[in-house]
Amino acid sequence: MNRSDLVKRIQKAYPDLHGVEADRVVRIVFNEIEEALARGDRAEFRGFGSFSVRLRPAHTGRNPKTGAAVQVPEKSVPYFRAGKELRKRVDTEE
Amino acid sequence: MRKGTLTRAGLAREIFEQLGVSQQLASTLVDQVFEEIAERLANGEVVRIRNFGRFILHRKGMRLGRNPNTQVEAVIKPRRVVSFRSSNNLKQRVNSAPRDE
Repeated sequence: MNRSDLVKRIQKAYPDLHGVEADRVVRIVFNEIEEALARGDRAEFRGFGSFSVRLRPAHTGRNPKTGAAVQVPEKSVPYFRAGKELRKRVDTEE
Repeated sequence: MRKGTLTRAGLAREIFEQLGVSQQLASTLVDQVFEEIAERLANGEVVRIRNFGRFILHRKGMRLGRNPNTQVEAVIKPRRVVSFRSSNNLKQRVNSAPRDE
């Protein structure tokens, strides 16, 4: 499923919405999460999961081609942890 | 832009303010977005959101574990778990963040 499938599904569930609005709903959801993470904040959605920013410490890496040691600087990475309910739902199928 | 942890309520407020739908509908719509994604994942589908990232599924095989309290060995059944790969766009956004400590 991609973004436009998601929009279609929302439209289907709420037929009285105009197409444009369902699209904007999805846009707002992901934009807001992105903005929160860019600020260094978390985003928590009960049952679904939480998004946060984790710090990956600086370390000495190697250039895989030359084998030369490279200093890799500290870096922030987005992280998602599935909530209890989502974990359960995904695991019970099959 | 609001500060602090973003929640379902925060998203509902944005939708209410930006789209002018009722607060009730705004909050239902937020729930619906997460419900649709969860449903697809429970169905075994990958969910890709361009410029944001993708929710993928990993299969974990059976393995032997140990109850940390009783030390009794037990079989851990095969599991399916969700993981998230952020898009390059999101990675960049997160890295340009000023670090406050």
